Amino acid sequence: MDLFLQQTLDGLATGAIYASLALAVVMIYQAIDHFNFAQGEMAMFSTFIAWQLIAWGAPYWLAFVVCLVISFVGGMLIERIVFAPIHNAPVLSHIVVFIALTLIFNAFAGFIWEFTIKQFPSPFPSELPFETTLIGPHELGVVGITLVMLVLIYVFFRFTPVGLAMRAAAANPVSAALVGISVKKMLALGWGLAATVGAVAGMMIAPKVYLEPNMMLGVLLYGFAGAVVGGLTSPGGAVIGGFLMGVLENLAGTYVIGSDLKLTFALVVIVAVLLFKPAGLFGRVVVQRV
Amino acid sequence: MNNVRNHRANPADSYELFGVKLPQLRMILLLIGIALALLLPLVLANFAIFQMTQVLVYAIAVLGLNLLTGYNGQFSLGHSAFYALGAYTTAIMIDRYDIAYYWTIIPAGLICFIGGFLFGLPALRLEGLYLALATFALAVAMPQLLRYEHFEGFTGGVQGIDVFKPDSPLPMLNADQWLYYFVLFWGALLIIGAWNLVRGRTGRAMIAIRDNPIAARTMGINTALYKSVTFGVSGLYTGIAGALGAIVAEFVAPDSFTFFLSVWFLVGMVVGGLASIPAAIAGGIFILYMPNISEEVISIFFGNDPSAKALIWVAFGLFLIFTVYVVPNGLAGLVRRFVIRYATRRGD
Repeated sequence: MDLFLQQTLDGLATGAIYASLALAVVMIYQAIDHFNFAQGEMAMFSTFIAWQLIAWGAPYWLAFVVCLVISFVGGMLIERIVFAPIHNAPVLSHIVVFIALTLIFNAFAGFIWEFTIKQFPSPFPSELPFETTLIGPHELGVVGITLVMLVLIYVFFRFTPVGLAMRAAAANPVSAALVGISVKKMLALGWGLAATVGAVAGMMIAPKVYLEPNMMLGVLLYGFAGAVVGGLTSPGGAVIGGFLMGVLENLAGTYVIGSDLKLTFALVVIVAVLLFKPAGLFGRVVVQRV
Repeated sequence: MNNVRNHRANPADSYELFGVKLPQLRMILLLIGIALALLLPLVLANFAIFQMTQVLVYAIAVLGLNLLTGYNGQFSLGHSAFYALGAYTTAIMIDRYDIAYYWTIIPAGLICFIGGFLFGLPALRLEGLYLALATFALAVAMPQLLRYEHFEGFTGGVQGIDVFKPDSPLPMLNADQWLYYFVLFWGALLIIGAWNLVRGRTGRAMIAIRDNPIAARTMGINTALYKSVTFGVSGLYTGIAGALGAIVAEFVAPDSFTFFLSVWFLVGMVVGGLASIPAAIAGGIFILYMPNISEEVISIFFGNDPSAKALIWVAFGLFLIFTVYVVPNGLAGLVRRFVIRYATRRGD
């Protein structure tokens, strides 16, 4: 029973990271109807920036905040410079550009920081103030940070005018533009936010998987799985899906498939959900008009 | 009768470029291409022949992807998985069962056809992006699957499998030349096959589904069947490329078949151009020589710094974005534009 609880809680911690990535993926999906295949590499690059700041002597939380600001601006710039010109291009063009961005971030990180693995510090104390063997301090911290971030995002979208404008721009760009919302700005803002959320995910997972340019590929796959399970049209669903994937990954790894087939597990989940319930658990069923 | 007359009146036939009629020009270029493909290996050094062989292997894989994406409008980021499936089928048959290498190509292709068909079966529900996502997952999961310890008896686990380069049965050809002609034979067969496929009833159905799936269905095309079969055929092409690639590289291992191999195929297809068969060969040439050339360029600026090699991929990425912006139809599109711009009607 202890093992079960331990694995579940540990799964919630990784699930928090998947949930963040899933949320980032869904935010961009809602805005432009495309999967950001470069989300993982963007997060990795952000994490490297934070690592560099810390290596230069910045305290952790300062590096954390500066990294988020850089990621936010970087995300907006990517939208404005790279994606705005091909806004109406066919799907393949978007996929190709996402893949190109993946290549560029991956290789550029390798060029600047080399492909050797690096330690990334955890900001949380090494011991918990209370006795437990069920969950480690970093895991608890990750869950805490993620929940705080999710609440902030929820409040932002639910209760602020900008959040409302962003939702409007994503739901119906034409009408939003007619009531005076700058859809372009909202798109850029969405990208900035997604990049920031991704950066948090990167910095939270880096202490566990070590920092290197290829660290996010598997994590991104689980992020996608989370987004698909929860439903691509539902940010809240994506978060729940992310947590669910974290727990499922751990339980399946412990009791069913062992640790060597975790990516295959994500593949099976993605294909199965897309086949049997393409809208996901909480998504809206999209009806195609002929 | 009407059909025949329309066929004769193909407007492109009456145009000419540099004083040569377009159909003849096409024929001349084709003959030059065939002559080069046949004769070059007789005069080139072994390493250059080896590279040409690899170009052919990549070209077949790119052609497979192009059949799927260019002609049928389905996306795949998972073709590295089919390439791996073909490569492992050949390697396992040669190494574990002592089957001669030339008997392994067709089984590898068939297994990949089945694999592709089964993966493409749900394709009707996985439209566009969703298919890209599912195939992305397949590509990312594949190396882990090949490494899996319970399959180790078959796949050799992390170590992979060594494949020995076949000897040439003909005294006048060395092993490299023989292998080149062996791959060329398959390449030619598959190119002719693809050419016939896309011009026929099946090809028209594939293209109709790409252009307007709903209208295609209304016309009585079984979209689900055609999409799955196209996926299967695409898998078959890529699987045969993988089988040939395993023999050429003399080695298969899980880490040769990562997601980035799929990216290579995608790059080759996009740079060469969609929905064009010669473009696949251009794509093959591009993905083989572009890294070498950019490595040369980078070494001028950065010397032999090993991490500067990563810049090759940055260059690849930038090149891809450039292609999407400036020549979205790739090299083939560029050629087409050139012909439209400069071809003149006879007598004008």
